[in-house]
Amino acid sequence: MAERDAMEMAEYKWPEPERRRLIGKRISRVDGPEKVTGRAKYTYDVNRPGMLAGKILRCPYAHARIARLDTSAVEKMPGVQAVLPLKKVGDEILWAGDEVVAVAAVDEPTAEDAIRAIVVEYEKLPHFVLDTDPKAAGERARPAAEQVEGDPDAAFREAEVVAEGLYGMSLITHCCLEAHGAVVEWEGENNVLVHISTQAVSGIAGQMAGPLGVPAGNIRVKQEHIGGGFGSKFGPDSWGIAAARLSKMAGGRPVKIMLERDAELMVAGARPSYYGRVRVGAKRDGTVIAWESETWGTGGIPPTSPLPVPYVLRIPNQRKRHIAIVTNSGPARAWRAPLHPQACLLTMAALDDLAAALRMDPLDLLLKNIELAGERADVYREELQIAAELMEWKKRWHPRGDPSPGPIKRGLGVSIHTWPGRGHACRCDLTIHPDGSVEVKLGSQDLGTGTRTAIAIVVADTLGIPLEAVRVRIGDTQYPPAGGSGGSTTIGGVSSAARRAALDALDQLFARIAPLLNASPDQLEAWDGRIRVKGDPSRSIAWEHACARLDGMPLTVRGENPGPGELTTAGAAGVQMADVSVDIETGIVRINKMVAVQDCGLIINMKTAESQCYGAMIMGISYALYEEKIMDPVTGRMLNPNMEFYKLAGLADIGELVVHMMTGEKYDRRGVIGLGEPPVISPGAAISNAVANAIGVRVPFLPLTPERVLEALAKKGGSHARV
Amino acid sequence: MEKQHSRAGSLSRRDFLKVSGITLTVPLVIGPRVLKVAGAEVKVFGPGRVPMTFTINGKTYRAELEPRVTLLDALRNEFELTGAKRVCDRGTCGACTVLLDGKPVYACSVLAIEAQGRAITTVEGLMQNGKLHPIQQAFIENDALQCGFCTPGFVVACKALLDRNPNPTPEDLVAGLGGNLCRCGTYVGIRAAIAQAARMQRGG
Ligand code: FES
Ligand code: FES
Repeated sequence: MAERDAMEMAEYKWPEPERRRLIGKRISRVDGPEKVTGRAKYTYDVNRPGMLAGKILRCPYAHARIARLDTSAVEKMPGVQAVLPLKKVGDEILWAGDEVVAVAAVDEPTAEDAIRAIVVEYEKLPHFVLDTDPKAAGERARPAAEQVEGDPDAAFREAEVVAEGLYGMSLITHCCLEAHGAVVEWEGENNVLVHISTQAVSGIAGQMAGPLGVPAGNIRVKQEHIGGGFGSKFGPDSWGIAAARLSKMAGGRPVKIMLERDAELMVAGARPSYYGRVRVGAKRDGTVIAWESETWGTGGIPPTSPLPVPYVLRIPNQRKRHIAIVTNSGPARAWRAPLHPQACLLTMAALDDLAAALRMDPLDLLLKNIELAGERADVYREELQIAAELMEWKKRWHPRGDPSPGPIKRGLGVSIHTWPGRGHACRCDLTIHPDGSVEVKLGSQDLGTGTRTAIAIVVADTLGIPLEAVRVRIGDTQYPPAGGSGGSTTIGGVSSAARRAALDALDQLFARIAPLLNASPDQLEAWDGRIRVKGDPSRSIAWEHACARLDGMPLTVRGENPGPGELTTAGAAGVQMADVSVDIETGIVRINKMVAVQDCGLIINMKTAESQCYGAMIMGISYALYEEKIMDPVTGRMLNPNMEFYKLAGLADIGELVVHMMTGEKYDRRGVIGLGEPPVISPGAAISNAVANAIGVRVPFLPLTPERVLEALAKKGGSHARV
Repeated sequence: MEKQHSRAGSLSRRDFLKVSGITLTVPLVIGPRVLKVAGAEVKVFGPGRVPMTFTINGKTYRAELEPRVTLLDALRNEFELTGAKRVCDRGTCGACTVLLDGKPVYACSVLAIEAQGRAITTVEGLMQNGKLHPIQQAFIENDALQCGFCTPGFVVACKALLDRNPNPTPEDLVAGLGGNLCRCGTYVGIRAAIAQAARMQRGG
C-alpha cells in the first residue's frame, strides 16, 4: 500500500475516491463573500486617483469613407485632456459603431460633450447586412470548397427515407453584463499599468507591447474579477490601446474606457449566424447513411468557416457546401463553444425531422445510430438513458404534433453534443509558509466558473489541509503566466498545474520531516491536517509544526501543465432534453422543463460544475427563444443595441431545470475536462425539436419568436419528407 | 456622393433627463432659483455643481455634484460604493438596484439630487455587525452567483422582496425579481437562495 501510494505520487495521478475530502464535493466558492457584499472589484469598479473618463466617437454608418474630420473645437474644450483620432480622412469604415475618435476628459459628462462637438463628414458607401439568403448576396457570397466523404450519391439512392429541412440561428451578441473596457495609466515613460476586463490576463501585455512601443515586461496587467466574457474578451481591443495612448497624452493620468451598452452590443462581439439546407438519408430501420448540407452565414467581414456537420455522429457518406456571406454587421468573436451550437442545431434538427419521417421516436433514432459517435458512444448511450428517465421520456413522448385539444401544445426534444476541453498551458507558484498557510499564484482569471475555488480545492486536498488554509491569487502578470480562459481549457490547466505543484511541495516537505518521524520520505502522507507515516498514524506531526521546520524560509514550488502524468484529457459528452409548451394562437413558447446529463471527466467541485450546466441551459434558453442581433437592411445598423429589445431570459422564463453530472471510476480516470462550453451547445437543438414535436411543424430559425412560430404554423401542411 | 454631417449617437438617458426637466431653459447660475412652471413654484438647481447631502447605509455623505448626476454615478464615483453596477443604464437590468426608504429602485434612473433626505441602502450596507445578511449567506451556499456582476442588484432586490413578503410564492419571486437580469444564468441558485433565506428569516 505504502509503495503503491509512493508510486502514484511519482506518477502524478488524481487521488483515489477515498482520498478525496474536497475534490468532487459541493464546495461554496471562496470569493462568494466578496461578491455578495459588493466588495468584489471589477475593472469597471477601478477608480484610480486623477482618473480621466475616456469616450469614443463611433461611426453611425455601416459602410462609409471619412471625408472630413475636425477635432479642433474639442481640443480647446475645458476639461478635455486628450483627443486621439483613431481614423483619418480617406479611411473606410466597414460597420456601424466602428471607432473614429477617442477623447479623455475630467469626467464622463464632459467627455460626452466633447464627443458631440467633433465634426466628421462621411461619404456613405453601399452596405449589406442580409444573411439569410445567399442568392441575394451577390458578390458578397464567398463559396468554400465542397467537401465529400464516402459516396453520398450512391448512399442517397440506397436510402429508403430521406428528410430535408431548413434550419439556422441568427446573429446574437455576447452581452457581457460588465462591458468591455480598461483603465490604463503610465508610470514614467516606460511602464504601463493596465486594469482590464479580460479572459486572458497573461496574454494582454504581449498584445499591447507592439502598439505602445514598450517591452511586454513593462506592462503590468491586473484583474481581480470579470463580469462575463463568453469568448469575447481576449484582446486589449482598439479601445484598450486608445485608453493607453490617451493616458500617455495626458501625462500618464489613468484613463478609463468602458463601453456603453449600445457599443457593447454593436461592436464588442457577436456569434456568427449559420443557416442551412440539410438532407439526411436512412434505411427504413433508422440506420442513417447519407448527409448533404449547404450552409451559409455571416460573421461580418471575415468569411465564416464551414460548420463541423454532421455533428457528433459521423455519417459515412457526406457532401457539404458552405457559402460565407460578407456583411457590414460588425465584428464576430468566439462565442461560448464556437460553431458547435449551430452545427448541433443543423444536425440534431435534421435527425429529428428524419425520425418524424420514419415515424420513429428520435431518442430511438439516436440510440440506433450512436456508434457513429465513435469512442464516446457508450457514454452517450448511458447519458441518453439517464436523461430519458429524468424526463420520463418514454411515458410522455408522443409522435410529432400534440393531438390534445386546445391551443396549448406540448412536446419533447432531445440533442447531444461534444467539446474537447483539454487543459491549457499554465504555470503556478505554490508557497508553503512557515506558519502553515499556503499561497498559490498564477496569472489566470476566474470568469465566474469558480477557478479560484477549484485551485484551492486541489491544493488543500493534496496537502491534506482545510480549504481556508489556502489563499489563491490570480489576475496579475506578476504571477506565473497561465493560458487564456477559452475553449473550456482553464479547469484542466489550472487544476493539473496546481496538483503537480502541491505534490512536489509535499515531497520536499516530506524530505525535511521524515527524519523526525523516523521514516523515509516515501513512507509519509499528508492527511487531515497532519503529516503521518502511512499505516502507522500514531507517528505523525501536525501540519503547522511540520511547516515550522522550514526554518523561516517559505518553500516555493513551480507547477506546470502540460507535465508528467495525464491529469487532463479531452472529449466531454452531453445530452439534453427539453419539454416545452407552445401557444398556437400567440406563438409563444414556454419552457416547462429541461434535463442536462453531462460528462466532464473528474469533477473538482460538484457545486460549481452543476452551476455551469444550469447557467448554460439558461443561456441556451435565451438564445433559443429571445436573442437576436437585429440588423436593419435600410440603415445597416443594429436595431436593438440595448437590453429592452435585445432580450435575455429572466427568472420567469426557465421552467424546471435538472442537472445530472456523470461520476464514477470510468469518468474519474479520464482526468479533468473542461465544462464551460459543452452544456450551452444543445439547448437550441433540444428546444427547436421540442417545439416541432409540440406543434407538428419545424420552425426553421432560432430564436423561436412568436412571429416565426406563427409563420411556420401558417405554412404547415406541406411536409418536407419524402418517404 | 452623399455627404452627411454626423450627430454622433442618439439621445442618451442623461440628455433625456436633462431635456425632460426644465433645466435647459435656465441661465447658468449656481444655487437654487425659483421658477413658476404651470402655475406651481419649482426650485431649480444647477447646471453647475450643487452641494448635496445623503444618508447612505446610515451614514452621512456630502458631495458637490451637478444636478444631472444619477444616484448610481454618485455612489460609484464619489463615495467608492461600487457594489451597484451600471449595465443597461436605462432601467432594464436591475444591476444598479438600491433601496430608497426601503423600496427597491434603479439607481441609474434616479437623480442623486432627488435621493437627498431619504434613507439609501446599498448592497454594502446589508451586513450587520460584520456578519453576512441571511440572503447573502444563502446566495453563497446555493451558488446563486457566477461572475457576480448582477449579484449585488439581485441581493438587494431579494432583500426588498423578503422585507415586504416574507413568504413569497414562485409567482411572487417572478414579480419581485423580474426586473433583474443575469447573463451567467444563476436563476436556479437564486430561487433556492431566496427559499432558504425566507426559511431562515422565519426562524426555520
Ligand atoms: S443599470 Fe440600472 S437598470 Fe440596468
Ligand atoms: S452572475 Fe454573471 S451576470 Fe449574473
